[in-house]
Amino acid sequence: MGIDLPVIWAVIIGFGLMMYVVMDGFDLGIGILFPFVGERDDRDVMVNTVAPVWDGNETWLVLGGAGLLAAFPLAYSVILSALYLPLVLMLLGLIWRGVAFEFRFKADEHHKRYWDWAFAGGSYLATFFQGVSLGAFLNGFPMQNGAYAGGALDWITPFGLFTGLGLLVAYALLGCTWLIIKTEGALHERMVALARPITIALVVVIGLVSLWTPLAHPAIAERWFTFPNIVFFSPVPILVLASAWAILHSLGRTPHVAPFVLALFLLFLGYSGLAISLWPNIIPPEVSIREAAAPPQSMGFALVGALFIIPIILAYTAWSYYVFRGKVKAGEGYH
Amino acid sequence: MFGLTALELARIQFGFTISFHIIFPAITIGLASYLAVLEGLWLWKRDTVYRDLYHFWSKIFAVNFAMGVVSGLVMAYQFGTNWSYFSAFAGSVTGPLLAYEVLTAFFLEAGFLGVMLFGWNRVGPGLHFFSTIMVALGTLISATWILASNSWMQTPQGFEIVDGIVVPVNWFEVIFNPSFPYRLAHMTIAAYLSTALFVGASAAWHLLRGNDNDRVRTMLSMAMWMLLVTAPIQVVVGDLHGLNTLEHQPAKIAALEGHWENKPGEAVPLNLFGWPDMEAETTRFAVQVPHLGSLILTHSWDGQVPALKDFPPEDRPNSTIVFWTFRIMVGMGLLMLLLGGWALLQRWRGVLYRSRPFLHFATWMGPAGLIAILAGWYTTEIGRQPWIVYGVMRTRDAVSNHSALTMSVTLVIFVVAYLFIFGIGTRYMLKLVGKGPETGEDEPTGGSSSAARPARPLSAAPDHPDATEQARS
Ligand code: HDD
Ligand code: HEM
Ligand code: HEM
Repeated sequence: MGIDLPVIWAVIIGFGLMMYVVMDGFDLGIGILFPFVGERDDRDVMVNTVAPVWDGNETWLVLGGAGLLAAFPLAYSVILSALYLPLVLMLLGLIWRGVAFEFRFKADEHHKRYWDWAFAGGSYLATFFQGVSLGAFLNGFPMQNGAYAGGALDWITPFGLFTGLGLLVAYALLGCTWLIIKTEGALHERMVALARPITIALVVVIGLVSLWTPLAHPAIAERWFTFPNIVFFSPVPILVLASAWAILHSLGRTPHVAPFVLALFLLFLGYSGLAISLWPNIIPPEVSIREAAAPPQSMGFALVGALFIIPIILAYTAWSYYVFRGKVKAGEGYH
Repeated sequence: MFGLTALELARIQFGFTISFHIIFPAITIGLASYLAVLEGLWLWKRDTVYRDLYHFWSKIFAVNFAMGVVSGLVMAYQFGTNWSYFSAFAGSVTGPLLAYEVLTAFFLEAGFLGVMLFGWNRVGPGLHFFSTIMVALGTLISATWILASNSWMQTPQGFEIVDGIVVPVNWFEVIFNPSFPYRLAHMTIAAYLSTALFVGASAAWHLLRGNDNDRVRTMLSMAMWMLLVTAPIQVVVGDLHGLNTLEHQPAKIAALEGHWENKPGEAVPLNLFGWPDMEAETTRFAVQVPHLGSLILTHSWDGQVPALKDFPPEDRPNSTIVFWTFRIMVGMGLLMLLLGGWALLQRWRGVLYRSRPFLHFATWMGPAGLIAILAGWYTTEIGRQPWIVYGVMRTRDAVSNHSALTMSVTLVIFVVAYLFIFGIGTRYMLKLVGKGPETGEDEPTGGSSSAARPARPLSAAPDHPDATEQARS
């Protein structure tokens, strides 16, 4: 057998979700940082740094969903129906935040403040429930006869709530370091000051999740802590610490792009840690990517498109970022 | 909630969320193409009227687009959250179609949207025009894929069922299923018509208030030409669509005509109005035109078509609802023909921009396209019940195992949030419309330097729609 369709699709979906975390992560992070910035002009600058690109960032989430439906319909149906309530709340947050981009410029003067809160609140809601969903996913879903067999509120666990908070910290760091690139003056200084505690908090979060997951799931513990795996995987935690140190170090100089790139790397490490823990399951704890796979006719048909079109998408996305390169100044709206 | 079952609540939730969603894409599709035409005319003729109209409508487009995106996001997840058995069963077909929509349409729209809305002074005029065209193209590609998916659910073909799930065997047949070409044509034209009516109504409203200038006149004129050409095409396409449906979903046609039984050798009359009664199996108070039903549906004097009683009661769609939604849609279509014709007459008499009764009518027709779109979708979707995949899977077998309580809670959340958010968004859009197109808000060069100019002095709040309104009055 030539090409292994389920594996290729798992990689594509994994890539799509990672793109989502990276890209929507920093624009949700900007909403998360809103309460820490009081000045109206500063807030306008913050929003304007992402206004031209946020829609494209969010599209990666749609690709994750559509790719899952196309390649692993069983996983799509089980996971989404199990996470019904947190996903509805996440969508609500994304709606609230998405319209606030436009509405906060179009509103009457005395309503503008309200849309600022909607923007921040929506970002918190969406991020928190993404994190909760991630936690519930790691905990796994009970199944019977090919359908979800748990309750509507099973996702409420201490671990899930903790991953919800953890993701808020992670996105805040991405937003913060993004703004370090895109802003100048007082706002820039403020972000540099904020980046330090957020980085430290994120390292603590990653550490706790890394301890909690193997403690709660013996199978995952076995994956990580047996020989020879432990040798192969040990660079992951070391690299986490090293990149966190590098972020803190770079903040001391005149930081520009470095903190953002390092923060991306940090998140990528956390993400690959999760992938190591889960592989090859797509509906933890039992169902593997092979068992949930769509018929080869479906996977093959969609794969042709994905392989041809994703590089083109990456190219014009990069072009669009290039068009809007450089620092955003106060009073300089793109609108 | 109200004694409804989880299934009924799931159906209401889907109907509610998609009804909101479709309103925005319809205007997005129409406005994106309109903006491409305006920018093309500006580059070609260098008449500032077109540039000013471009800037005016692109602001309204931006608000509408944001609402389309966020309401669409909900749709993409709802198949899994609410219709998980359907997704597990038929995701092998609808999934790849949706994935292609994301890859070929959503990314295209999103990728070029930033440049289109914010890049007027950042890229050269050619690249900017190209971006606008890409966004417009994206909206049309999007409609194509999602309608292929919906049409496959209406008239499925090109698949087998293996181990209880759908396995596609011929993608060409899946995509080009029998109802797809008709639905694509009908829906795309519907989007253009709705936008033309919206643009036309905005212009008419301004003219009625005495805000008469080149820009407003151009808007009205363009909209009325569009209407004149597309409304008749839509009626013809709709007729063909109906004939095709008669072939593949005869129970739907019987229901939307309120046609209960055939008498041997007798022609089918057309029920103009009436009240189909599902219990009594008859159409009460029917106002009939003899032979017209045969004439329209079989294009012959006394041909017969299947009647509702030919189908067992559990396979009959609700005739009471689709009978009326169908008539609302057709009624709107006829009014559009009337408006288009009247505009031509007034133009010929030279009073297009002054005739108050005509301008009032044009204003009132603003929402007619959207009303027809909703009525048309209700006809299509309710008329295919009780099937979710026609003749293959029943709706009641498709729904997830949520409790009625869970479904009630989420439904209330959606209703409250949607009415609030999209209510306010629509108000902002109408306020922008009320502001009217201004002139000379930008340098005529279309920009080429990389020096970004402050296109929006933020603190001065020129975006505050009331500001200029007050200034003008
Ligand atoms: C005939 C057209 C049409 C129809 C029937 C639908 N849509 Fe839609 N949709 C569009 C036409 C469209 C559009 C014009 O392409 C939108 C509107 C604004 C936008 O960004 O794209 C869009 C946006 C949009 C988005 C956001 C895309 C983004 O992030 O940019 C999603 C996820 C969906 N839709 C999904 C759906 C689903 C699952 C539907 C069916 C159940 C559906 N749409 C019906
Ligand atoms: C965009 C305009 C649309 C509108 C206004 C619309 C409206 C509706 C309504 C009112 C229902 C409920 C029918 C009932 O329960 O009696 C429904 C059901 C449904 N429609 Fe549509 N629909 C639209 C487009 C689509 C599209 C594009 C798809 C698929 C790609 C789709 C798939 C479904 C599904 C899965 C259901 C739920 C099961 C069912 O009740 O049949 N619809 N829709
Ligand atoms: C006046 C003549 C018209 C006729 C004879 C007509 C006919 C039809 C028929 C038979 C259907 C149902 C097809 C099916 O369920 O398989 C339909 C659906 C629909 N109609 Fe119309 N229509 C007309 C005008 C309009 C107008 C003016 C609009 C909007 C501006 C419109 C928008 C729609 C939409 C959105 C649908 C649902 C999608 C679809 O199935 O294509 N129609 N129409």
